[in-house]
Amino acid sequence: MNKISDDISKDLKDQPKFSSDIGEVDQEHHTFDIGEQSNLKKIQHFLHGNPTIVPVIILVLSVIGFGFLAGGKFFSAFNLSLIVQQVTIVGILAAAQTLIILTAGIDLSVAAMMVLASVFMGKLSVEMGIPTLPAIVVGLVSGVATGAFNGLLVTRLKLPPFIVTLGTWNIFFALVIFFTGSQSIRSSDIEIQAPLLHFWGERINLGGFVFTYGAFLMIGIFIFLWFLLNKTAWGRHVYAIGDDKEAAELSGIRTDRMLVSIYAVAGLVIAIGAWVSIGRVGSVSPTSFYEGNLDSITAVVIGGTSLFGGRGTIIGSLFGALIVGVFSSGLSIAGLDVLWQRFALGCLIIIAVGIDQWIRKVSN
Amino acid sequence: MEPILVAKNLSKKYGKVVALESANLELYPGEVLGVIGDNGAGKSTLIKVLCGAVTPDSGEILLDGKTVTFTSPIEARTLGIETVYQNLALSPALSITDNMFLGREIRQKGFMGKFLKFLDKKAMEDEARKRLSELGLLTIQNINQLVETLSGGQRQGVAVARATSFGTKVVIMDEPTAALGVKESRRVLELIGEVRARGIPIILISHNMPHVFEVADRIHVHRLGTRLCVIDPKKYEMSDAVAFMTGAKEAPKS
Repeated sequence: MNKISDDISKDLKDQPKFSSDIGEVDQEHHTFDIGEQSNLKKIQHFLHGNPTIVPVIILVLSVIGFGFLAGGKFFSAFNLSLIVQQVTIVGILAAAQTLIILTAGIDLSVAAMMVLASVFMGKLSVEMGIPTLPAIVVGLVSGVATGAFNGLLVTRLKLPPFIVTLGTWNIFFALVIFFTGSQSIRSSDIEIQAPLLHFWGERINLGGFVFTYGAFLMIGIFIFLWFLLNKTAWGRHVYAIGDDKEAAELSGIRTDRMLVSIYAVAGLVIAIGAWVSIGRVGSVSPTSFYEGNLDSITAVVIGGTSLFGGRGTIIGSLFGALIVGVFSSGLSIAGLDVLWQRFALGCLIIIAVGIDQWIRKVSN
Repeated sequence: MEPILVAKNLSKKYGKVVALESANLELYPGEVLGVIGDNGAGKSTLIKVLCGAVTPDSGEILLDGKTVTFTSPIEARTLGIETVYQNLALSPALSITDNMFLGREIRQKGFMGKFLKFLDKKAMEDEARKRLSELGLLTIQNINQLVETLSGGQRQGVAVARATSFGTKVVIMDEPTAALGVKESRRVLELIGEVRARGIPIILISHNMPHVFEVADRIHVHRLGTRLCVIDPKKYEMSDAVAFMTGAKEAPKS
């Protein structure tokens, strides 16, 4: 032992004591030559700084593409506004899903949470005779509660969000069946007992473009969340947690508390979506929106948000939802079978994640 | 002169392994205290206790002469003990400004800030620019650049600027030059000088002997879970320090 350290001591004796004594060191290998960047690299850097550009380009190209493919029918005011109507619910779910995915999580229970909230709203107001507004409030509270429940499981039990929400998806779905006995609440009953539940389904006509109030609400939700994410400390912390949770913790962010609040806010957004969904569908059906989970994740991913967290924009998810809408509408107007719509969507997801991975390589 | 930070008889056991055994440490105002020790000597446990990441089994810590206790790095930080971690604890996808104010954001005045919680981006940018230029780091042109686009040394600069910006009494730096090239290491050593010049004392943990000998005013040698000796880098050679560290040579009595 002493022999070794003697050797080390001898070695060190001959070394210069201060690194300034070493004199000028060849620095060549420490510098990067930025001038030699290829065009591809430049594109990569540009996309890295502007993650929303990709979904915008895909949206524009697909609108133009389907315009050629499906002709004037696709471009009609009626069809374009129909696309917006159709993506309203998935759009709202995607807004909530974006918050979760930005934290490097995933929420498989969004659709079940939404149906549960709509069941509370419908059950209480139509079948139990409670005034509509309090019933809606109960529905909104259930959204916050189920969201916070997910958040608590993720932070307290330290389980991966995928597993937590896979579990709660089934739990919430079972609760829906329990409360409804698998019975739908009919649209006509809602219209008589609680017309307020249909409010977001009302339409207004703007020069041929027909929009539901719900579509405006969806856009309002996106704008609100954009402000929240970009202009408040809370929003910056969402990104920080998704980027590097430990670093966020060491920076003084109470990450567990933040995560519960993020899941709760997502739950509130989903519950608002529940109200809108009653207006959109008309009835409250326990088995509706079964694919809402995966559709919302699809929209977020196509919208350029990284599944690894910390990267992406809320507006991207709106574009993502619209792209999905444009694809299904365009392909069906062009007369393609539903199976090809799914096929195209699948390709789109893989391409979107592939592009994301490629862009992320910039930082390495 | 009274020390600003004192650790007295700190002990910490992990099961049967004794990581710290009545370890002492004193940091005086305006100095850079180097901390060296062989692997397993307990120096990282010592530092974790000082920055709040580990709670000691016994012993006490005095800051400005008052006993302090903290159970997390956040609590240590609110008392004025800032740590620049080896991994820097920065969020690469956020901007320089965002990182500097992470967890300590400045809100807008009045209604917008109080109720809508809007951030005062301009105030934060101005402050961040001021802090960086004070440390001679204005080679970073765009304050809204993402941290991941910065070099290792620049990131270190941002982490140091953050650590010295909020009424800091003590800065602990853990292996600040470990991941850097020669040129960037030089820059970080200069940075340590700048921080000292502003009157903030630093505890510098490093394996790099030339770096420790260059910037430290005193060097704390840790061995077998406790302080072996404190040496003056001007009076001893690096080879002596290594010999003390490894037990090859009798440590000087001080």
